[in-house]
Amino acid sequence: MNAIYQALADIVDAEHVSDRPEELYIYSFDLGTAEPHRPDYVVAPRTTGQVREIVRLANREKVPVVPLGGGLSLAGLAVPLKGGILIDLKRMDRILEVNEKGRYAVLECGVSQGQLTSYLAAHHPGLTHSEPGAPPAATVAGNALIHGQGDLAQPYGFNSDQVNGLEVVLPTGEVCRFGSCAIGASWFTNHPLPDVGLFFGWCGTTGLITKLSIRLYPAKRIRGVGQFVVEDEELVPEIIGRVTGTQMAEDVIAYSRAIPPFGLGLQHFTVNIAANSEKELEFKQELIWDDALGEYIRRGDGGYLGFTRGLEHPQISKTSDYKKGGGFEYVGSIMPIEKYPECYRRGREISERHDIPYTVTGRCVGVGHSMMFAWTYAFNRADPETMRQAREALHETDDLVLELGGVIWKPGTYGQQLILGRLDPGTRALMRRIKEVLDPGGIMNPGNWEGI
Amino acid sequence: MYALQFDETRCLHCESQDCLAKCQYIHIGKDGKQPGEMVRIARGEDSFVLHECVTCYACEEYCPMGNHPFYLIVERQEALRISPVPRPLVTRAVNLGIPFRGEPAVKEINGPLLNMAAFSELTHLIQGRLFEDLPVISTDGRKMFHYFCQLMYLHYARSSVIKERLPGIIATIERHKPTEVVCFHDECYGTYASYCPAVGIDVPFTPVHFYEYLYDRLTELKELIKPVGIKVAYQRPCSSRLSPDKHRFVGKIFRLIGAEEVKREFVDENALCCGGTIQGQGREGSRKRAAELQRKNVEDMKKAGAEVCVFNCPACLQTLGGMVAREGIRPVHMSDLCRFAIGETPAGWEVTR
Repeated sequence: MNAIYQALADIVDAEHVSDRPEELYIYSFDLGTAEPHRPDYVVAPRTTGQVREIVRLANREKVPVVPLGGGLSLAGLAVPLKGGILIDLKRMDRILEVNEKGRYAVLECGVSQGQLTSYLAAHHPGLTHSEPGAPPAATVAGNALIHGQGDLAQPYGFNSDQVNGLEVVLPTGEVCRFGSCAIGASWFTNHPLPDVGLFFGWCGTTGLITKLSIRLYPAKRIRGVGQFVVEDEELVPEIIGRVTGTQMAEDVIAYSRAIPPFGLGLQHFTVNIAANSEKELEFKQELIWDDALGEYIRRGDGGYLGFTRGLEHPQISKTSDYKKGGGFEYVGSIMPIEKYPECYRRGREISERHDIPYTVTGRCVGVGHSMMFAWTYAFNRADPETMRQAREALHETDDLVLELGGVIWKPGTYGQQLILGRLDPGTRALMRRIKEVLDPGGIMNPGNWEGI
Repeated sequence: MYALQFDETRCLHCESQDCLAKCQYIHIGKDGKQPGEMVRIARGEDSFVLHECVTCYACEEYCPMGNHPFYLIVERQEALRISPVPRPLVTRAVNLGIPFRGEPAVKEINGPLLNMAAFSELTHLIQGRLFEDLPVISTDGRKMFHYFCQLMYLHYARSSVIKERLPGIIATIERHKPTEVVCFHDECYGTYASYCPAVGIDVPFTPVHFYEYLYDRLTELKELIKPVGIKVAYQRPCSSRLSPDKHRFVGKIFRLIGAEEVKREFVDENALCCGGTIQGQGREGSRKRAAELQRKNVEDMKKAGAEVCVFNCPACLQTLGGMVAREGIRPVHMSDLCRFAIGETPAGWEVTR
């Protein structure tokens, strides 16, 4: 029997390691357009100790290691570009602590967004977290590590901004902790110790997160979505400014799409509002719709579409049935909000040129500090030609992001190389040194941030 | 091509001017507002009515002369470019009715049928013995806009869209070879029974009001009815104003199934709009005005002791359903209440009789 396989089986157990082709196939691709690559082994550890042993084994054997959470990035970030050991972290799914007074939760890295949402609803209904638009199977840790954004991004920022502490297995096998937990205190804050932000945005190339603490927020009794619409995309930045300026909203999203046709060419807004009473709800609604946006309504430029109680998490995956075959991928960017009109126009033009119904979405991050703007492209998984069209559109959009002065979010390898081509030389040199120090064997998710 | 038949001389001979005098939303008599505006509107002149109309349809019912004041208001709003709602809502609404997922599969029925129109996703409301043996068309949500009566564009001052699209919709229904078309939504019934004759569009089938069908079917199944013994309030939809002669079936159905209609202020001719349209209008305070109307309406139901609010229109149910439920009044569609009366358990109900 293969020595690496046997060593992995000794670390976890034979039930949780595989080199069978049918299982390796499952782990060879994600749901986007990235070319598939098979790992040599798949292993599913249960503890930090097991992760540490797997990484040490990989170092000894000079075998790549690819960490996998929900596998839903769509950008190919967990596709094992150079084979090796794929570590599926979904079994590390314990919610270790929820602190009601301190409003934080300590989670293992395999805890999914849906798991945390339902756990909080059942056991801590007064608390919530910033849940992203990804499917519920996306992991909390994975989303934080790619600088994801959830439905509380408008008031509280990126999900990576909401991390109180980490436990990390370094590429050389050491286990480190960051934040207050590093000095043996509870996991309540990431500050004020020296900043060693070495793991967020690195696409799993500098270490493997095994635990994290995230901030939780008050869950108000009433949560719902109000909708607004304008025709002129040039109005979107100022409308976002007015809504966020009230500081009365949770999530604020602007979007436009070709399907269904009633939205074609229109700019819709969804504004999440939360309240503990009808009085609070009406107060917030009045400030947003009547005071901040009433002028647009009276001028005939903007329309109020009503308020619906209950949250429906926006899911870009709804676009996957635009073409037969159910495929879709998107380019996300972190973009100044004033770029919305150009992002919309240029993105629509790219979509139409590639015969793909356009879908663009801008989610406000921070109180108008930036937005995550996404261009989504549908394709037919069974039709290589539509996949090629989508891949071309995605690459054009990566270029567009940088041209417009944005930053590509969770870039795939193509986008990573575009960023490296523009990166400040001093920054690039520092990143190279960090990578060399942390991962001297170059085993962590190779192919990503290649040639740094 | 199609023109509204409106006889101005009937307004000149009208003593009551009820169309505006009874309006619940424009306060005739205050601020120098007089009820005789309809003649000015008929002559193409501007009027405060064109700017203040909330498009509740009620003047169609109030008119004692058989004229069509509301259709006229909408035509003039469009001609004078006085939009009751902001432009993006008009664009959105006009786009909404455009079919985009291919052609419907048409099966010839050669008999009565039930048209779900733009409510294909509500087929759970047409289950059980009340609907057995009645063929149904427009059950595919992807194709439902081929059956969409278009009359909602009255709320958007777009008679032209209705006139442009409606003949094609009628042609699609006609391809099913119906004799009678039971209209799930009474706005469809109002379209075929009221609007089409008013503007000269031919309707080659006999429209049947949903409540008339329910009443007749309940009568056939009378031996199955067990009085429901529930106190009910009824949310009358705007489109019911286009067929006031069919509104009597509400009371007839309630009496037949043993539901007690509570005594309310806002009932029958004095019914209040659900507020769904008003909240989106472009005037100062429309959202708050709609919310206030809704509050008054639901308080009236509660004060009258209603246990259940019965809805006809799915849009009203969507707008007001949650609000009545929060006040402890169960929102129910009329067809579900009728099913309950004959011993069936509608979808989503947990019933102990």
